[in-house]
Amino acid sequence: MDASTFFQNCVTGISLGSAYALIAIGYTMVYGILRLINFAHGDIFMMAGYFTIFAIVDFHMPWYIAIIFVIIATVLLGVAIERAAYKPLRESPRMSIMISAIGVSFLLENSATYLFSGLPRAFPELGFLQKVYHIGDISAPIVTFITPVVTIVILIALIYLVNHTKTGMAMRAASKDFEAAKLMGIEINHIITITFVIGCSLAAISAILYFSPRPMVYPFSGLMPGLKCFVAAVIGGIGNIPGAVVGGFIIGIAETFLVASFPSLSGYSDAFTFVLLIIMLLFRPTGLLGEKIAEKV
Amino acid sequence: MPMEFINKKLNKSTKLILTLLLVLACIILTYMLDKGIIGTSYTVRIVRIAVIYSLIGVSMNLVNGFTGVFSLGQAGFMAIGAYCVGIFTIPVDARANVYYLEPISDKIAGFVLPFGVALLMGGLLAALFAALIGAPILKLKSDYLAIATLGFSEIIRAVIANEQMWPITNGSLGLKSIPGFTTLFAPVLISAAGITLMVLLINSSYGRAFKAIREDETAAESMGINLFKHKELSFVVSAFFAGIGGGLLATHLTAIDSNQFKIAVTYELLLIIVLGGLGSVTGTVISAFMISFGKEYLRFFDAAQSIGGWQIPIFRPGLRMVIFSLLLMAVVLFWRRGLMGRKEFSWDGIYNFFRKWPWRFKKLMRGDYKTEAKTKRKSIAAGKAIDSAASKSKRAGRKADKTADREKKKEVKADAE
Repeated sequence: MDASTFFQNCVTGISLGSAYALIAIGYTMVYGILRLINFAHGDIFMMAGYFTIFAIVDFHMPWYIAIIFVIIATVLLGVAIERAAYKPLRESPRMSIMISAIGVSFLLENSATYLFSGLPRAFPELGFLQKVYHIGDISAPIVTFITPVVTIVILIALIYLVNHTKTGMAMRAASKDFEAAKLMGIEINHIITITFVIGCSLAAISAILYFSPRPMVYPFSGLMPGLKCFVAAVIGGIGNIPGAVVGGFIIGIAETFLVASFPSLSGYSDAFTFVLLIIMLLFRPTGLLGEKIAEKV
Repeated sequence: MPMEFINKKLNKSTKLILTLLLVLACIILTYMLDKGIIGTSYTVRIVRIAVIYSLIGVSMNLVNGFTGVFSLGQAGFMAIGAYCVGIFTIPVDARANVYYLEPISDKIAGFVLPFGVALLMGGLLAALFAALIGAPILKLKSDYLAIATLGFSEIIRAVIANEQMWPITNGSLGLKSIPGFTTLFAPVLISAAGITLMVLLINSSYGRAFKAIREDETAAESMGINLFKHKELSFVVSAFFAGIGGGLLATHLTAIDSNQFKIAVTYELLLIIVLGGLGSVTGTVISAFMISFGKEYLRFFDAAQSIGGWQIPIFRPGLRMVIFSLLLMAVVLFWRRGLMGRKEFSWDGIYNFFRKWPWRFKKLMRGDYKTEAKTKRKSIAAGKAIDSAASKSKRAGRKADKTADREKKKEVKADAE
């Protein structure tokens, strides 16, 4: 692999990793507070892809309005899911709420197949995002360069939010101890809603950035990215926001280089992620940046 | 005072006779279906699917419902079993036709196994994979198992369709010309045997340990139950029977490809066990039959329907699956017990259920129902009154404590001054 191919792969990998990181943040925040693997998160991401298609192809919105529309629509969808499917089960056993999450995922996939047909739909061009840009030997659409920048900015904003605001303090309290946080007068439902709003808006941004260099959206296109990003969150240490970003980068870059250096193994690139998960769980189950939590009775 | 209803138990011998009669009825029913005396070949097909799904459903319930470990790899284990049976039972002379794009690998080209051996091998291979996945993950929180197994079942699919596997699995072309069932007895007997073995496991000391783990892991561990050993056992046994079920499915369908083992299959199985009741074998079997028949007879949802020339816009492909996913949501949200909860079918239960009817009817005639309801309401009210009185006294007590506290504080303050 010569230098320019190497850098080209670096750019692609970092860009893919940033998109993963944004989804992984959504997983890690919800898991941190509710101890729930939000199986529907990947499908919310897929729906955001469809919303973008509707906004630009069907409603002919300019791209800057389309982005806002997509974020708002995705957030509404996510909060509605939380209210309808997760909130009524807050007091019930963990398995019920996980089954409910799977039910939502199943429902979203099937509804997308039913409403938008199972055929893949072409993803539209978003204004300047697709313009190919050259730096030295490396050429890629602008979106590839923008994605990591967006991710880093969002990460900094989120770290500020969590560590230096009252809402962030309430979130940390809720993730440490749900019951105690409630007793301290924290509006727990309010905090959970905020968590879902953040998670879903990041999923929407990620969908726009992820699908832009890719040609198609289809009802199951959220499945694999969703699973991979949960793995990313676990690798970084579940419940830890910078950890999720690190995990996303690791998976994105590793996947890109695996496919580039061993083209014959490209069919196994998805499998690789899960091998990574198992290795991680064997040697450092708390993740790279996670802290150890003792199981309480 | 109305008479209390007392649950009566049947004699042991009566129960045995009833069970034997039920088994006999099942055998006769299978025979009649098999010989075409009742039902059509279409019904036989659905019954076969229902029986196979019962086996796989019970195997999934063993992990999810009885052990409380959330595993979502059933589709992957089914795929392993199905491909094992498919690859090794296709007759040699049909193989050139099946592997027409890329010839079958020389090592297995002339290698044909009898159905039973191939089936067992599929089950064992699935169990081996389960043991490999379970070993690192089951020692940790079981949340990760859900993701790892879900990922595993997708990987199995990817590996089967991958280019390098074409000489063995025929890749995305899938396998066909798998010899099918000649009688209905084969799947029924194999499934029944599998379910019986799992029931025996559940009723053994291992099964009680599974249930203890489901109720409270920490408590079970402190009672001396080896968490990892039992979880792994339940997971491996479940994968074994899922593999067997997948093999049966391959023989039933006679043509398989990797797309038939998508995650959606696992979700459907989840619907079956949740509807039947997490932790109920008989519930799973009942709901497997309900879902299998429902899936076939609700096919009209997917076809365009019209009333007097006006086409109803909601009927189009995909509606059926939307309804099934809504059903899963509805059961989880509003009816978490499912059909059976954690109960099992028992003759005593049936007996008392029917005995209750005339009793209820008589009571209704006498008007006892109303009086009983009234007394109940009264007693509830009385209970509430007692409760509120108790809480009042408690509150009073607390008030007294508080005032005492305050006085103490004042004293302390005064002392300090």
